[in-house]
Amino acid sequence: MAELMIDAKDVTRNFTISRGMFRGKQQLKAVNGVDLTVERGEVLALVGESGCGKTTLAKVLLGLLPQTSGTVELCGQPINDVPRLALARTIQPIFQDPYSSLNPRKTIGSIIALPMKVQGIADQDSMRRRVEETMDLVGLPPRLYDAFPNQLSGGQRQRVAIARALVNRPQIVVCDEPTSALDVSVQSQILNLLNDLRNELNLTYIIISHNLAVVEHIATRVAVMYLGRIVEIADTDTLFKDPQHPYTRALLDSVLTPDPNMGIPNNQLGASYPNPIDPPSGCSFHPRCVNAMPHCATVAPNGKADGGHYVECHLYDDAS
Amino acid sequence: MSDRVLHVENLTVDIPLATGILHAVDGVNLHVDRGETLCIVGESGCGKSLTSLALMDLLPTKATRKIKKLELGGESILGYSEREMSDVRGNKMGMIFQEPMTSLNPAFTIGNQMIETLRRHRNLSNDAASELAKRMLEKVGITAAGQRLGQYPHQLSGGLRQRVMIAMTLLCEPELIIADEPTTALDVTIQAQILLLLKELQSEFDMGLVLITHDLGVVARIATRVAVMYAGQIVEEGTAKQIFENPLHPYTRGLMRCIPVPGKTKRGTPLGSIPGMVPSLIGDFTGCRFADRCELAGDVCRQSDVPLRDPNGKTQAYRCIHSIEMLAKGGVA
Repeated sequence: MAELMIDAKDVTRNFTISRGMFRGKQQLKAVNGVDLTVERGEVLALVGESGCGKTTLAKVLLGLLPQTSGTVELCGQPINDVPRLALARTIQPIFQDPYSSLNPRKTIGSIIALPMKVQGIADQDSMRRRVEETMDLVGLPPRLYDAFPNQLSGGQRQRVAIARALVNRPQIVVCDEPTSALDVSVQSQILNLLNDLRNELNLTYIIISHNLAVVEHIATRVAVMYLGRIVEIADTDTLFKDPQHPYTRALLDSVLTPDPNMGIPNNQLGASYPNPIDPPSGCSFHPRCVNAMPHCATVAPNGKADGGHYVECHLYDDAS
Repeated sequence: MSDRVLHVENLTVDIPLATGILHAVDGVNLHVDRGETLCIVGESGCGKSLTSLALMDLLPTKATRKIKKLELGGESILGYSEREMSDVRGNKMGMIFQEPMTSLNPAFTIGNQMIETLRRHRNLSNDAASELAKRMLEKVGITAAGQRLGQYPHQLSGGLRQRVMIAMTLLCEPELIIADEPTTALDVTIQAQILLLLKELQSEFDMGLVLITHDLGVVARIATRVAVMYAGQIVEEGTAKQIFENPLHPYTRGLMRCIPVPGKTKRGTPLGSIPGMVPSLIGDFTGCRFADRCELAGDVCRQSDVPLRDPNGKTQAYRCIHSIEMLAKGGVA
């Protein structure tokens, strides 16, 4: 049995939305009862449309947002009990846009060294050595040590962000859209780098992406989110070969592979993503679902797990 | 009436900078027929957006445009004054930009903005214009169109806003639509819907479409013809089938290897990449612009400029000194 790195049970995160002076406040359930486990060495991808709660879930796992209810265990310890610094040593984020995630007034060297300074674990010399080692690891030439972010290309900046995340050798890295701000030729370099680093440092990744081709390439397991819930989760091969939830199928249909013999797919999803403040009753996907049945609008489906393949849909729910 | 909607010859865009002149676009030739989709594809900084802005005469003021021939619907619009150009833009030539939130005015309702377009170009009464606007919103798949006319851009989702942009572009039934990254800011599911809509409307109105994108998946699915740009020049041009199934230029071949394709690229194995960086376009440049990143490059490549050529007359032109046979054999790292 592989070691469990993350064990989240029934995690919910609400945001309170003010609807104007006299209309009171309302709860927006950004993450709504998510169960999730991640084992050591896995690459778990979270996919879904914007607003489905993937980034909120990642923030909860990073300890940046407290969950409203439910429990998250990180390496066997409840995340709320882990001190801030220890948490930062275990789990680190990489963000989407390397143009806004690096301080333009700091040199590359000091950007990468900052997590070490925060932890207060090294003196100047060993800090510099460690930064240079890490720069080498992510393929940054040492001459960039004193450069500023604006002297770097997009791909190099993303490498700096990766180096900063890895300098304290965390065990889990959460990558929020790590390549979507980059050009294709740079994207492939960063994906190759992430893959190499995983093998070299035995890392566990949680990757958030809307690019399913990227997900297929790098992930070992995929969780599909819709309106704050995980509606299907399976290992990558199973999910791409045998998607069960109608939403997963629509998502996969929408992937545009570079094949000139195929036209533009019709995913038959209605135009609008529902308003998360006022989610549809029953199965929240039913207004857009091609397989919707009458009771989908009233009864929420129970999840059905078949081995590692979990799906939440009335089509597979025996009870209904 | 000719079938050629857009004909561009020798378009050059120069931007003077403190360190010298930046040759952002260099000798671009383009043509688009009715019902045809031309995709201009390339990485950031290759000049694809400046090309589209130059066609519409919307370049930033410090950039200078030199162009030999610019014809829209068989008529030269080269010497048009600003006033005449604004009669063309939004009327005969429609534009769709990447981020619909920044191209719609947040302070006016959708209806206001659509009616303004019609009154400017068509001289319609308010009632007739709002009726037409409503019909066009229904055409792009927006439900409760009458109600939407009274809404502000921030009340709509990204996909809906882009649909509104498309409806607005179609109001005057342009001959040509120039779309600069129309789906980049949208979710994959919405992207597929918007592209499908664009394609259906294009054949319904029999328009020419110039689509600028960096997403090769989008290009493969929607393009009739493809122009690949690198460092301000078109380096390869051909039908979508030719470009994707038999790319010639080392840059195009390199790009194709960079994209992960479900079912084709094996998980865990490294993807292809293109070493090096795009050269600086400031100052004069001789020789092939891709030479420094190309493993087939020799001294000859750097000595003189390489023309775009089509040796077999098969409508697939490429900008490389090597023969088709040689390129088919040799790969790019």
